Amino acid sequence: MLKKHPLITFIFFGVVLYLISNRLDELLVYQGATVGIFVIAIASLILLTGYSGQVSLGHGALMAIGAYAAALLRIHYNAPVWLTFVVAVLAAAVGGALLGLAAARLSGPYLAGTTLALAIGLPSIANQFSIFGGEQGLSFDIGFPPASLGEDFTQYKWYFWISWSAALIAMYWLRHVLNSRYGRSWRAVRSNDVAAELAGIHVGRNKVLAFTISAGLAGLAGALLGMTISLVSPGVYPLLLSFSLATGAVLAGVTTLGGVMIGAVILVAIPEIALAIANRYGGSETIITNLPGLLVSGLLILTVLLSPNGPVEQMHARHAKRAKSGKASHSPVELTLRVGSKTWSTKK
Amino acid sequence: MSQFLDMFLIGISAASIYALMAISMVLVWRSTRVVNFAQAGMALLSAYIGYELVSRTGNFWISLPLAMILGAAFSAFIEFFLMRTLLKHSNQGPIAAIAPIIATLGLLGVIRAVIGFIWGHGDVQLEAPLSKVGYKFGDTTLFIGPMGLFVICFVVALLLVVTIVFQKTNIGLALRASAYAPEIAQLSGIRVSGIRTLGWAIAGAAGAAAGILQTVNGTGGLTPESLEFSLLLVFGFIAAVIGGLESLPGAVLGAVILGLVLAFVQIYISGTLVFIVAFILLLAVLILRPQGFLGSKAGRRA
Amino acid sequence: MLKINGLTVSHGAIRALDNVSFSVEKGGLTAVIGSNGAGKTTLMRTLSGLKSADSGSATWNDHNLLHGKPEHHVRQGVSHVSEGKSVVAQLSVEENLDLGALWRRNPAEAKKSKAEVFELFPRLHERREQQADTLSGGERQMLAISRAYMARPQLLLLDEPSLGLAPLVIEQIFQSIRHIVDSMGVTVVLVEQNAMGALRIADFGVVLNLGTIAAWGRASDLIADPAVRTAYLGF
Repeated sequence: MLKKHPLITFIFFGVVLYLISNRLDELLVYQGATVGIFVIAIASLILLTGYSGQVSLGHGALMAIGAYAAALLRIHYNAPVWLTFVVAVLAAAVGGALLGLAAARLSGPYLAGTTLALAIGLPSIANQFSIFGGEQGLSFDIGFPPASLGEDFTQYKWYFWISWSAALIAMYWLRHVLNSRYGRSWRAVRSNDVAAELAGIHVGRNKVLAFTISAGLAGLAGALLGMTISLVSPGVYPLLLSFSLATGAVLAGVTTLGGVMIGAVILVAIPEIALAIANRYGGSETIITNLPGLLVSGLLILTVLLSPNGPVEQMHARHAKRAKSGKASHSPVELTLRVGSKTWSTKK
Repeated sequence: MSQFLDMFLIGISAASIYALMAISMVLVWRSTRVVNFAQAGMALLSAYIGYELVSRTGNFWISLPLAMILGAAFSAFIEFFLMRTLLKHSNQGPIAAIAPIIATLGLLGVIRAVIGFIWGHGDVQLEAPLSKVGYKFGDTTLFIGPMGLFVICFVVALLLVVTIVFQKTNIGLALRASAYAPEIAQLSGIRVSGIRTLGWAIAGAAGAAAGILQTVNGTGGLTPESLEFSLLLVFGFIAAVIGGLESLPGAVLGAVILGLVLAFVQIYISGTLVFIVAFILLLAVLILRPQGFLGSKAGRRA
Repeated sequence: MLKINGLTVSHGAIRALDNVSFSVEKGGLTAVIGSNGAGKTTLMRTLSGLKSADSGSATWNDHNLLHGKPEHHVRQGVSHVSEGKSVVAQLSVEENLDLGALWRRNPAEAKKSKAEVFELFPRLHERREQQADTLSGGERQMLAISRAYMARPQLLLLDEPSLGLAPLVIEQIFQSIRHIVDSMGVTVVLVEQNAMGALRIADFGVVLNLGTIAAWGRASDLIADPAVRTAYLGF
């Protein structure tokens, strides 16, 4: 259904979410909103890594750029909420484009190091300029939900609505982009940039574009995250956030958008799981503060070791294997090479 | 004049620590083609271990080499158990390029969490064994005192030892050959995988020294989320990139350039700009001279 | 004695060597010839442990060549000079030679090997301080052979030493290889695209064609064989 009628699927998904949100208790609605935000953030990272072959360890910093832009606009000009989100996307996209210009020339460890430097350094920059509110940060208040939604429409439900509307729109649009000419170019660049270049694809421009779009989405996620805690400060976008996103992307499988929900749910669930474990062992302060980090990082290492391309991709691979072993003639490509009297074939 | 001298001394003492950090990243890069983003985390762990050793033995001068040995052992352990498995398993698909990067990040997170479990998040103090009061000449007080002088001398001595080992010994020859041409080293009878582990071990020792010296030469305070150590990672990386990521003298040169530039910014412009300048320097080097100043031409891109 | 029996090696779906069997007596020079893609380099890389085989066996004396890493085989007296001047360009000439003997425990013997190498290739002695990438192509090939010789091999596997060299230099290298076989008692397997040149200096010849053995025998017989002449020697 997703393949044939994507729009209907997305709308259906939205209706389901709406119905769910009416039945859940406040805390779960709030966490649901966070899941929506992580869906956007992880998708932005997967777009970058899985589709254009670039690495970013600094997406937390790009999220912060979007969030600060939104908060500043809200505080100083009292701009309408939707406008602050648009500006968040634009501000982060500009930042991403600048970074992307440098990134397009770099590869692997160099790009990783540069983006990591940004993730580490940006909070310390925010600390030092009074306009960004220092360590306390800026408040980011989007106000109460409109009265027309009724008396018992809670603030958290309002966050949930906004986050998931944004997530569904973003995912729908992203799916569209990835199936377009650009998406195909990115995949070509990812698998072999020299071949892509020879086929007439402007590799550098494509990489910068991917970085820009990815950064814009990250900025949106950043502003949304600021919204749910009504605060934009260095502490909201720590280094751990960038790491968590990397974990989410690896868990989701960097080659496909299909797993973003898995990644996002796990990221939101980890602190809860940690809390549950901590409570079981006497609610020790040490466990509560350290366990989430340990789980995120441990999971990251284990995933890379055991299922490097993510669970979704692994399932696909297993599925393909089963189909293949069932009937030999179902092998997708059969290659037979005949030179002189000798024959090579992929057919067994 | 005294301001200029201060700038020079601040720059050099910072550079000595960046150099150790850069060297450990270069050694790891040369042996396994992985940039170890957990290097600063490992250095932080070593600083905590140093603190633990000092509080047990009461003697800094024994604890420093001991912590370096433990740092080397830990680093070799990581190479042996984590990196080997990783490079064997994740060598296909788009993940192959980022798997080692992601794994070192995960390692950094695990190290921080483990530190938090063992030592908590409170401030732990590793006291300086020597006075940090600056030397006085007439009416001018220099920026560095006995502690700072020791740091510089210790690093210079360490660099000399590393240079001699690499240039004059059989092990050094094996390390260099395995870094430049692993296949030919193998065909010459060198046990390359063992040499890789050794490269990581030396890197671990240098990183441990960097961690402890950074701590005692600074405020002495340690926290698992230490921004100071995160910045140490960034500055070590920048120094290594300036030198070309491949060359040990390059890493030292990069550290000296970075140290002096940052000291200049700090004294003559503004301390708030230090990170921004370092970041711009990194971008400038990567864009204008991606092979670094002492690196070979190939392999920066793609 | 080098014994290869039913050796089969694949690159993915492509079979590079298919059921290859031949043996090499101790002390001789065997040339392996064949066109591009015949599997010559694959054969060398499999024997030295760089590439793993699908099936078959290969032994040098009692030592199994299909098991263990290259560094292990070097210690058992099997050295391989891989295709394309296998020297470490960033190291000096002397360091490259030392590298070859690094695993040997006896420095006096290593020193003796180095003296022998310098006697065989006086040019390397002149240039011993220079970095290897400043050498000419021929000198690099001499250095590569010498590096392998420093390991005091009993069996030396040479992969296309003539690649990209001028005829005069090739002649000189071939003479040196012959010298290594005759005076130093090393068994050599020489893979060559330059089939005529290789067969002229060799005692035995193996002709590979698309991964299988097309002909095998004394080098002089192969040169005389009309089928081999037309197909591989070009006249």
